[in-house]
Order: sequence, then structure tokens, then C-alpha cells
Amino acid sequence: MVEAGTIGRALAHDSALRHVTGEAVYVDDMPEPARCLEIYTAWAKCAHGRITKLDLAAVRAAPGVVAVLTNDDILGVNDISPVGRDDEPVFATGIVQFWGQALFAVAAETVHAARAAAALAVVEYEALAPLLDVDEARAREDLVWPPGRMQRGDAAPALAASPCRFDGRLAIGGQDHFYLEGHVALALPGEAGDMTVYSSTQHPSEVQHMVAHVLGVPSHSVTVEVRRMGGGFGGKETQSNLFACVAALAARRTGRPAKCRLDRDDDMIMTGKRHEFLVDYAVGCEPDGRIRAVDMTFASRCGYSADLSGPINDRALFHADNCYFYPDVALACLPCRTNTVSATAFRGFGGPQGMVAAERVIEEVAIRTGLDALEVRKRNFYGSGERAVTPYWMTIEDNVIERVVSECEQDAGYAARRAAVRRFNTDNRWQKKGLALTPVKFGISFTNTAYNQAGALIHIYKDGSVHLNHGGTEMGQGLFIKVAQVVAEELALPLDRIKITATTTGKVPNTSATAASSGSDLNGMAAQVAARELKARLVAFAAEQHQMPADAVDWLPGRVKVAGDEITFDRLVHDAYMARVQLSATGFYKTPEIHWDRATGRGKPFYYFAYGAACSEVTIDTLTGEYRVDRVDIVHDVGRSLNPAIDMGQIEGGFIQGMGWLTTEELVWDKEGRLRTHAPSTYKIPTAADRPEILNIRLLENTNPKATIHRSKAVGEPPLMLAISVWQALSDAVAATADHKHPAKLDPPATPEKVLMAIDRLAGPR
Amino acid sequence: MRRRLRFLLGHQPVELDAIDPTLTVLEWLRRTAYRRGTKEGCAEGDCGACSVVIAEPAGDRLQYRAVNACIRFMATLDGCQLLTVEDLKGPDGTLHPVQAALVETHGSQCGFCTPGFVMTLFALHQRGDAALSRGRIDDALAGNLCRCTGYGPIIEAARRMHETPGAVAHLADREAAVLARLQGWRDGETLAIGEGGRMFYAPADLTALLDLAAEHQGSTILAGATDVGLWVTKQQRRLDPVIWLGRVAELARIEEGADAIRIGAGVTYAAAHARLAGLWPDVGELVRRLGAEQIRHAGTIGGNIANGSPIGDSPPWLIAAGATLHLAHRDGRRTLPLEDFFVAYGRQDRRPGEIVEAVSVPRPKPGTVLRAYKISKRFDQDISAVCAGIQLRREGDRIAEARIAYGGMAATPKRAAATEAALLGQPFAEATFRDAMAALARDFQPIDDMRASAAYRLKVAQNLLLKAYVETADATSPPLRLAGRLEAVHG
Repeated sequence: MVEAGTIGRALAHDSALRHVTGEAVYVDDMPEPARCLEIYTAWAKCAHGRITKLDLAAVRAAPGVVAVLTNDDILGVNDISPVGRDDEPVFATGIVQFWGQALFAVAAETVHAARAAAALAVVEYEALAPLLDVDEARAREDLVWPPGRMQRGDAAPALAASPCRFDGRLAIGGQDHFYLEGHVALALPGEAGDMTVYSSTQHPSEVQHMVAHVLGVPSHSVTVEVRRMGGGFGGKETQSNLFACVAALAARRTGRPAKCRLDRDDDMIMTGKRHEFLVDYAVGCEPDGRIRAVDMTFASRCGYSADLSGPINDRALFHADNCYFYPDVALACLPCRTNTVSATAFRGFGGPQGMVAAERVIEEVAIRTGLDALEVRKRNFYGSGERAVTPYWMTIEDNVIERVVSECEQDAGYAARRAAVRRFNTDNRWQKKGLALTPVKFGISFTNTAYNQAGALIHIYKDGSVHLNHGGTEMGQGLFIKVAQVVAEELALPLDRIKITATTTGKVPNTSATAASSGSDLNGMAAQVAARELKARLVAFAAEQHQMPADAVDWLPGRVKVAGDEITFDRLVHDAYMARVQLSATGFYKTPEIHWDRATGRGKPFYYFAYGAACSEVTIDTLTGEYRVDRVDIVHDVGRSLNPAIDMGQIEGGFIQGMGWLTTEELVWDKEGRLRTHAPSTYKIPTAADRPEILNIRLLENTNPKATIHRSKAVGEPPLMLAISVWQALSDAVAATADHKHPAKLDPPATPEKVLMAIDRLAGPR
Repeated sequence: MRRRLRFLLGHQPVELDAIDPTLTVLEWLRRTAYRRGTKEGCAEGDCGACSVVIAEPAGDRLQYRAVNACIRFMATLDGCQLLTVEDLKGPDGTLHPVQAALVETHGSQCGFCTPGFVMTLFALHQRGDAALSRGRIDDALAGNLCRCTGYGPIIEAARRMHETPGAVAHLADREAAVLARLQGWRDGETLAIGEGGRMFYAPADLTALLDLAAEHQGSTILAGATDVGLWVTKQQRRLDPVIWLGRVAELARIEEGADAIRIGAGVTYAAAHARLAGLWPDVGELVRRLGAEQIRHAGTIGGNIANGSPIGDSPPWLIAAGATLHLAHRDGRRTLPLEDFFVAYGRQDRRPGEIVEAVSVPRPKPGTVLRAYKISKRFDQDISAVCAGIQLRREGDRIAEARIAYGGMAATPKRAAATEAALLGQPFAEATFRDAMAALARDFQPIDDMRASAAYRLKVAQNLLLKAYVETADATSPPLRLAGRLEAVHG
């Protein structure tokens, strides 16, 4: 291994200079090809209804309109369900299933002309009763995916035998991704049915597959490229498919390039969000706070189609234990169908909702036993032996939660702060403080085992410059710089010799979505394999030239040393080319050890776990429900960091995004099923001022015991769940208004309204 | 009448003879000027991805303000310099200090919001205030949303930017020339520009404005475009003609009378802020939380009134303070108590051809306290669920005067008559305020919407009365504000 390499260095994002100068090119910034059309996708203003009339004559006749696209224009199969359920038509077929479902698209000289034309459509519906409520869908057993179940032991008798038993219901809100760059795709028609699509997507291979599907051509006819996204967060894992398909259909129909870009309102109305969940729980515990049995049912708002709701609901169950051992446990999920937009992947993928339920359980145990919630958490942590087995029968082998929590507790000065909070609450009538320290344990790997594979492609050109490509996409998370660091380390080259190139289905095929926090784990390994292959060829060549064994070649920064001879990398590469050594290599990686059987609810779905803990202190205004997050201390486990600057950015950004989800970000649908919060004027993500005054973040000194890329750990999703500490601190402050006699039962998002109403509830009839 | 729009794009003069009256600066930048560093994030002035900086002569120097290009109409650039992210780098490629600081602190992740942050920080940098408090930085950044970083690195960049080396000379060295050119462009002519028969008028004085308003009775009177801009970007309305009062000097003044201050209809929130905060600290805090800097640099108090929205933040406190509205028509002027202007939802007492000219607010009298409260899901840059203006005057231990108005509780900003009656003449005591809280339920029947439920609106509106009592009961009241900085409220 080369000394003083690039691994572990706090290097800037590969595009940082281009970001700050405005030179970073997003799809909508690319120079449009000549005669490029712009598309407006019209959507249904009805949550559930049979289309009785769709008269588009005036639309077609409107100025500037070149083509109007409907399902009749689909040359292949009219289904873009990412899970093959045939439940997602490109445009609504016969029956509209949610307010905002695509109806038809207009391709015109400008998007303004297209939009104005679309408004001329005559659409009539025979109204059908919309199913808008998760509870109602649950009662009707109307599901988009079969229910899931995990159990170990026998929860029912254990509950009955528990000295302390309680049950309750928790409603967890959804979340809009609010990536700053909305969905966009630019399609260029080619010869012989070929199509090139530039798409803002986390999953170019799936976009390729879907476009091929609707165009009725083989995948080899479609190339999808993405250099970068202006944010993804899961919202561009499957949701890009529709707009890429619409752009490609328009391009095929007209023979002209076509761009489809959504404005913010259409993006929020038409595309999926984090799942809202209703959790019913029954818990049994001992007077000492140890949990004996847990029974939880997770019903979720999946919207009108399956999308990824099956695995998302499963992941809620995988995390309904968080860091806690439940001796007897029964978990179930019910992915419910509703006449709302199809809910989709969002950072954490159901895991956060499972973990929120686990922490609600702890909160209630603490209130009912009179113990400090942190003490209850500690008493229930996973241990060794049979206390290390999860509800899905996987034994946890890498548990560091006690160390993480203990370090966080010390950093935060928990005990002294708890006393100070108590004093404050005694001394203040109108304001109350809350404090909470919550842990995170997040399973790493796609639970769909097949997705845990990746490919990379590296070329070394004759001048010694290196071209790097892999299947992962860059959405701001710093994947590209991390993978480039891996390659620079292997080849012992400065980073600027390595060109990071746009993800394209033409270079690395059959890729998985950049999702599940797996980007660096998978693509970093694949790139390392490719780099090692090239290095091995060059070493073999140098050895052969000097008639020495390969191990006599010293690979040094920018050069090799063999038999007393020093040859620069560039020289070596040039000579190798002249000697007809292949200077291009692919790399492939698949995660070992993992397996999962949904039918039995048993397996080892995760290669390893990422851990973290956060301690949050809040102050609430008991007259208005307003609050402030005063201080947060975080300790987070990224194994051996590939790039601490990037990892710190993921932790802080994930935490704030999670805090938004649990506090001010509220999705409101009205009685007609219309989303009323579809722009930043009504949907409130955190601003700079919402960042806690004090936010201390520290990486845990740790090494991944598993042989991941340089022993690092995934970091994309886990930190989001650190924000559960904010919600728990708010609950603690609310409970303080009634002397911690009753649980606050503050359902997220804990808007000021929810906080005030919870205070009011605790106050009871006066 | 001048029919040519003139402005500087960076240092390049641009002169246009025809332009759509509601073409936004963003649209023009991206489609015509091909400056695509400026992004569209929301098209409603809420995310800041489109932030650009406008420089205008202010006395003998240039004043730099970040604004939202997405809801700014092109013709309002008349006589200004427009700076975008492309202008910041030095000619040799050296980064400007704000850009360098953002790189150094890892202030970008996906990068889409970054040009907007760069421009907001650039405007702050140009003001030269080196020791920036966290609160000041938060205020400057409140109009820029970032979904990736969690803001920490960006806040750190703001702290460091004055100490970070970088290219500044290419801008500073040309300031004098820019100023001279912009001053040279100042004329008393009405700008009249349009396209396809639709017109945009920018009169340079009040007489011309009133003449135009009288002549074009179906016109849209435009001030900051922070709401009218959305009629275009969100509702695709085709306005014609548009009459902009942004160049009318008479309307951009705050006049200090002996008994009242008179705020011209063209005075932006930003321009009024310091004066209002000086007289009523609570109003200062309210204005600080109204929109964000980009909005406060464009939006006006007059526009907030004329617009007639039931959730505008200005009317409740103005009504509570006893403000008088001044309306002007070519054929005459009239005044009325502000509360009488709001007739019904979407309907105000404004006659054809009439404009809101100014609002007069009586100076605070001794013994009088004014409390202004804004309740929203998020503290900064949010629209009120409930807004309250509560003015109380004590004589001894009795309440001698109570003027109370709410926004977000009815179809218009409205006084709380029953509540006022419950307080008037009563002892200044918690029990009185509890009675007034009960009375408030007779004044208002609020609605459920995406900002709040009816139940919360009523409850919090009631609690704000109690809060006003607790806060003003005696000099040693405990601090009761979480939002904003206490010095802004009590200082």
C-alpha cells in the first residue's frame, strides 16, 4: 500500500469550483440541440375518477404545438412500474388514480406554449370515491404489496405476562425530497430507433430500461447519461422514469430533441414522497424498564401504485428495533393503497419510520417507569448471545452502540444538562426545555440482494491520464470524489490525473440505483478492482521488460522502480501501449455474505450496520408551540472515513434534513385529495436559522470489521435518523408541562401546532 | 416617454426596445443571455436559487442588493447593474472571496443552490460589514434554501469571507465607472416598453404615475412584484399593462411628521426596517421575519396593504397602531382608517385609477405598548398562520386603550372588537386577559388550511393575548421569545 495517499483526506467535492462559479452543468443548463422541443406534462385534477372525455383538439391546434402525446403514442409497453407490477401507466389509462397523475403531454416550441395549450384540454371525469386515508385503506385491506411479517419468540403471551403493558398509535408524516433541481430529461433521437437521454436520475439503468420499454426497442438502443443531479435523496431513484419516457416519446414522435423539465409545483404534485405511516404498538416491559415484548403493525400510505413500497415497508420493520433487543417480538407491515401520489424512496427508505416507532416505545416506557429515557435505552441495547439477535434472525456482530452512546453522553455532558433542564423547567412557567439522546443503528445493503453489485471502467490513455467511470451517480453526496480517491490511491497518482466522468449506461451496464447508502461501498470496490487489474498489467509489463519477477517492481507515487531503474508512470504507460498492453479494464464487485427470505422473515439482509447517536436540547414556548433547537451533539460511525469532509457534510446535511422531516415539513392533502403544500411557500424545509446554535459533530474512531472499501462505512442515510433526538427532546419538553406524568404523544412532524395541541392535551380539561 | 430599457449586465450595457412586460429576469438570463449559472428552484421567490445582485446608485456610491430573478420583471432593471454568478470570478480565473470561502468550508454538495448562495453572500460582502454575528448571517441567508449541507459550512463561509483572499479588483476598480454610467442614465422620462401590444410603464414621478393609472384602468400596479410575480409564474396570467411605481421618488420616502410617520407606497421593507424597529422594536422583529432579504429588498409595505391579502404581515400591527391609509387619484386624494380599506376577501376600497400612496402611523405615545406577533411553521421566511398586532395603553392599573387586529383569522385583516371591549377599562391583570381570550372566540371563526387548523389558529390567537400581558405586565417579565434575537425585540 502506498504511503500518504488520498484516502482519508478531507478533499473538496470534485465539482466544488464549478458549483461556486455556476459552471457546473445540470441537464437544463446543457446547450439545447437545434430544434429542441419543450414539453409540458398535463396532470389530472381529480383524485379518483373515470375519464369520460379527453378532448385534445384545441391543444393540438394551439400556437407552437408540435405534438400532443397520449397513451396511443406508446410504441412498446405502457408500464413504467419499477418492480414489474404493471400498475404505473405513463399516462392515466381510463381511470385517474391520484390528483396529479399524468394525463397527456404537449411538445411545443417553448414550454410556455406547451403549457398554455395544455390548459385548452377538455377533460371530464365520472367521479369515483377516492381512498385518501391510510386507516381506511388498512381497514379495507387494500394493499399495493403483500403484507410483511417478522417475528421471534411469541409476543402475545409475553405481552400478557408483562407487569407493565401499554399500547398506542403513532402517526408519522411523509416528506417531500425538495431537491433544489426538479425532475428534468432531455432526449435526442438517433438513427435506427436509438435514443440518448440526459436525465436527472439516481438510476440510469432503470431509466434506460423504461425508455426502451415504452419505445419498444431493446435496451441496447437507449443510452442514458447523468453527470450530476441537483439533489436526489431517493426522489430520483424511480421518479425520473416518467419524465425521461415522456421526453423520449416526444423525440421519437417528432424526430426532434425534446426536453421535459418540471417546475416546482408540478414536481411536488406529480412525484412521490416519503411514506406516511400509522403504527399501532403494544408493548410489555418490566418495572426496571426492560422491554419484554413488542407487537407493532406499520400501515403506510403507498399511494396508487407499488413503486418501491414493498422493500420500503420491509425496511421499516428491519429498523423497528433500532438498537434494542426485543425478547419476544412480532412486526407486521401493511403497504396500503391510497388515491395519492405513489410514495417512493427517501433517504432511509422506511428505516427512519421504523426507528421513530422504536423511540416512541422507549419514550413511553420511560414515562411509565419513571426512569430517564437514556437509562431505558441503555437497558434495552442489544447485547451478546441471544440478546444479539434481531427480529429478522440476524445476529449483530459489529455492535458499537454502547461506545457511541457513551461518547455522545460525555460530549454532551448529559447528566449535568439533564439537571439544568430540570431546573429551568422549575423556574420557568411559559417556556420548557427538553433533552434527549437517541441512538441509531442502520443496516447497510440493498435488501434486494441482486442490487448489491456494481461495475467500473477505467481507461489509461497514452499520455498517462486516467478516465474513470462507474455505475454510481453523483447527486451531491461526494461519491465521485470518493471513488476517484480510491483509484488515485491504487495507482498512486495525484487526483488531477483522474478524470471523473458522467455516469452512462454505455460504459457500465446493468447498474443498480445509487441508493441505500451503497454508492461508495459498491462502486468504490468495483473501481478498486479495475485499478488493481490495470496496475497488475503494468507491473507485469515492467517486470517483463526488466526480466524480473513482478514482486521486484516497486509501485511508487507517479513512478515505478524496478532493478534500480525508475520509470515515470507516463513513460510506463506509453511503453506499455507500444508493447500492446491493454490499458482499459473493468471492475466488478458484489457484496458477500448477504441473503434474505421475505417469506420466512429470516436472513442476513445486511453486510454490516452503521451507528450513531445524537443528543438534542430544545426550548418550547408553551403559549404558541414554537420551539428552538438549542444544542445538538453528534457522534457518528463511518468506519475508517474515505473523506472526512464529505462524511461530515453527509452527517450534518442528513441530520438537518431529518430534523425538517420531524418538525416543520408537513404534507397536507385536502378532502379532495389535492396536495396543498406543493412549493416552498407552503412546504417548509429548514433554513439557515433553524440550524441549532450549537451543533457539534464528531466521527467515531472506528474501522469497519467487514472488508469494505478501505474499511469505511456507508454514510448517506444513517445520519438522517440522528434527528429523532430533536423530536424526542420536543416530546420531553411537552411532557415537562405536565411533570412527566404522561407521554407527550407528539406525532411527527412536530409543528408548533402539534406541540401546542399536545401541551393542551396533557393539560386536560381545566 | 422613453421606449428603450437600459441596464448593465455585468459591465456590458444592454439596451432593449421590445420586451414582454412580465418576462422575468431569470427567464431572460437563462434563455436569452445564456447565463445558466442562475437556477430556477421554485419560481416564487422562496428558495433563492435564482438570487442575483442588483446594483443601483445610492448617493455617491452603489448599493448592492440580492433579489430573486425568478419573480423580477426585466423592465425593473432599468438603470441598474445586474450581476450574476458569472461576474464574480476574476479575469484570470481567481475566485471571488465568497466563492473561495465556500470551497474552503465544503459549502456545496449538489451545487444547485450554490450560485444563489454565492450571490447572496456577495451582496453581504459588498456591504463590507466584517464582524458578522450568527443572527446577521442567518438573516442574510434566510432566503436561500439548501437541502444538502445543513447550512453549517455556508454559515462558516459567511464568517470567513472577509478574511479569505480572492479576486475583488475586477469589480471594485470599475465601480466608479458603473456609478457614473448609471447616474447618466437617470432621467425623468417614463419608460414605456412592451412586446406584442402588451406594455410595461415605469413612470419616474407621481404625476406621470397617476396619469397612467387613470388612463389604464385595467392595469396592474406593480411595486415589488413579490406577489404579482407569482401571478405570472404560478398562474400564467398575462398582465397588460403593468405600471411600476419603483422609479417614483415621491413614493420611496419616509416622512417624519410630528405626530406620525408617513411611509410612501414604494418604500421597501428593507428600507423601512431600521426606522420601524427604532420606534417599535417588535415591528422591527416582525419585518425581519417577513420573507427574506431578497423579498424585503423588493417588496413594499404599500404593496402588502394594496394587495389585500388576509395573511399579509403589515396590516395587523398597522391597524393596531391606528394607521391611516392615503389613496391618490389623478383627480384627488382621500384618506381612511386602514381597517376600512379591507372590504372583503379579495376586495379593497380602491377605486379605478386610484393607487395606494402612503400609510401614516401615529408615533408611539407614552404608556403605550405595541406587540406584533407572527405565528408560522418556520420562523424565517414563512407566511403567517396567524399574525397579531396588539396595542395597549395603561392608565394606572387600568387598560385605557386597546387596539387589536389579527391576520389569518378572517377573510381580511380585522380588528377584534369583542376582545377590545373585554379589555377596555378593565384592570391590567391576567384575569382580564383571560376574559379577552374568551371574547376572541366571538370575534373570529378561522378556517383550516395548509398553514394551520382552525382550532390552532383560535387557540394561539387567544394565547397571544396572554403573551402580550405576560410580556408587558412588568419590567422584569421573563424573556418569552424564541424567534429572533432578543436584542432586536427589546433593544
